[in-house]
Amino acid sequence: MLEIKNLHASIQGKEILKGVDLKVSAGQVHAIMGPNGSGKSTLAQVIAGRDTFDVTSGDILYKGKSILEMAPEERACEGIFLAFQYPVEIPGVRNSYFLKSALNAKRKYNGEDEIDAMEFLALIKDKIELLEIKKSFIERPVNDGFSGGEKKRNEVLQMAVLEPTLAVLDETDSGLDIDALKIVANGVNALRGPGRAIVVVTHYQRLLNYIVPDVVHVLLDGRIVKTGDRDLALELEDKGYAEVQKQAAKG
Amino acid sequence: MADKETYISKFAELETKLSETAPSWVHDIRKSAIDRFAEQGFPTTKNEQWRFTRVRPLLRHDFEPVLEYEQDGLPARKLDELCIEDTGCRRVTFVNGHFAADLSDLGKLPKGVRIESLQKALQTDPERVQRHLSKYADTGNNPFVALNTAHLIDGTFIYLPKDTRVKEPIHLLHVTRSNAKPILSHPRILIVAEANTRASIVESYIGFDADTYFTNPVTEITVMDRAEIDHCKLQKESAAAYHMGTVQVHLGRDSRFKTDFISIGGTLVRNDVNAVLDDEGIECSVNGLYLANGHQHIDNHTLIEHAKPHCTSNELFKGILSDRAKAVFNGRIHVHPDAQKTDARQTNRCILLSDDAQINTNPQLEIYADDVKCTHGAAVGQIDENAVFYLRSRGIEKSAARQMLIEAFAAEVLEGIKINPVRERLTMDIIDWFTKARGAGKAD
Repeated sequence: MLEIKNLHASIQGKEILKGVDLKVSAGQVHAIMGPNGSGKSTLAQVIAGRDTFDVTSGDILYKGKSILEMAPEERACEGIFLAFQYPVEIPGVRNSYFLKSALNAKRKYNGEDEIDAMEFLALIKDKIELLEIKKSFIERPVNDGFSGGEKKRNEVLQMAVLEPTLAVLDETDSGLDIDALKIVANGVNALRGPGRAIVVVTHYQRLLNYIVPDVVHVLLDGRIVKTGDRDLALELEDKGYAEVQKQAAKG
Repeated sequence: MADKETYISKFAELETKLSETAPSWVHDIRKSAIDRFAEQGFPTTKNEQWRFTRVRPLLRHDFEPVLEYEQDGLPARKLDELCIEDTGCRRVTFVNGHFAADLSDLGKLPKGVRIESLQKALQTDPERVQRHLSKYADTGNNPFVALNTAHLIDGTFIYLPKDTRVKEPIHLLHVTRSNAKPILSHPRILIVAEANTRASIVESYIGFDADTYFTNPVTEITVMDRAEIDHCKLQKESAAAYHMGTVQVHLGRDSRFKTDFISIGGTLVRNDVNAVLDDEGIECSVNGLYLANGHQHIDNHTLIEHAKPHCTSNELFKGILSDRAKAVFNGRIHVHPDAQKTDARQTNRCILLSDDAQINTNPQLEIYADDVKCTHGAAVGQIDENAVFYLRSRGIEKSAARQMLIEAFAAEVLEGIKINPVRERLTMDIIDWFTKARGAGKAD
């Protein structure tokens, strides 16, 4: 599903990713853990196509094809979704209008008919219930004045509506209390399936109690230094990143 | 070069003809106005109120006044296309400054209500017109008001007797068709809303293609106790048109007045809106939206005079500029010593879509009372690239994402417009405008 090969990326000349290798198969959930500044968010944004980062070498393959030349919207329509660490507030654009536009953009790209307002409302009804979102929520301007938890829920709602094949969740747990965390995790788990891959980027292992990963990677200073199973996350929590760093340094 | 002297001598040439069009007291007003014009001349950028707006380009043309209505077979439907779909409105149409009965449709009016051409009102209701005409707009303070007053021939008179209400929007449509020679018109609008009346009034100005002409309108509105007037000035002149307009508003006790100034067309545009809050309990909103591209220059000057206590005023102006367009926003709020408990707010926000677009924004607060709440804010920025990426990451194309953000930016003003045909049409106009701006490859 996703294959990242020796990826180097920099921002304003400063190299952040220094040769990332990662392979995620369909049906899997991978967690990428790492301390602040290790390049986790950069990796997530580069996958989504943020052009403030320059990919200097390496490649990202999605379904076997390089996506580096694809615009962010094209990647989205192909089924890649990034849940933002800091969802952007857009006053003046209604959440429902935004969601419907996004969904129709994707449908149009895939040669499907656009859906109208009535069909759209029917479609999101279940998703709203799953995420325990109030109906009024979708008529508010996108993320405008939302609490941290509401913003994250809105990300997962978008994901639920767009049904991506590859979802990258960037620190989706930050700023969530335990109840909200469970709800968000439910939303993510509902999307798990044989045809999909999910990459969870997180600082803490807490979220992984609810979204249980198949593979855990440790990202340090722009490189993946360790890969393991679920227990790696617990080990990290126990010993901290410093220990892994030491081991990595030893090789 | 047509300077002050050209305009004065042209007035002298026309004077005999002009004097035949109205009672002698009107002509006295004209004569005194041309004197006020002669004293002031055209403004230069040394004049504080004209610091950022040069009127020189206007003076390069030799505009011809039009003294009579010439019917030229404009179809009403074509006007809808250019302006707003105004079925269900009461429409008064002016062509080149003259009332066009054939393009107007007033319907049956409530008893006592007058909506008619000013020329007609001078015959049917001269005392009332005399009581109000040129009593609000100051010819001594703005040479363009003086020029309008000196040349006033026709326009609209709206009179709402006490306790009346006109439900349908009243659309005052001003069409200019200059054909071969650049022409000049001075539409004059007088609106008298007596106590406890309600009406919505849209003044629109349209032109064709790249016709060169000069529209110099003046509107005087008096809103008496407890009356509610919703007003909109929609400026969609041709791309080569000059538009210098003043709307002067006088507000009575517990009255409500709202206006939306929309500017899309014209090459050089100056809007002055002055409101005097002359009694207690008044609510006044002055909003605006201006879109400019190419070499357009759009200047909005507002003056809110809080003369009495316990009044509220709100101002929200938003602009979107592309190419080498320039805009000016000058918002003056004057709180008189008497006007305690004034609540005045003002915001001007502008998006620049190109590096060469320019905005001069200037709030001017003059506060002579001590127990008041006055706030002002100005912000100039570009389209938020984080928001563009966010939308794109959801599958929305870059151009559509930018358009969505532009619409969202304008929405705050648009959603406040209660006159439906205006709001509906503007939503489309903004999309058209942005598509064209993008087509020129400069907004993207």
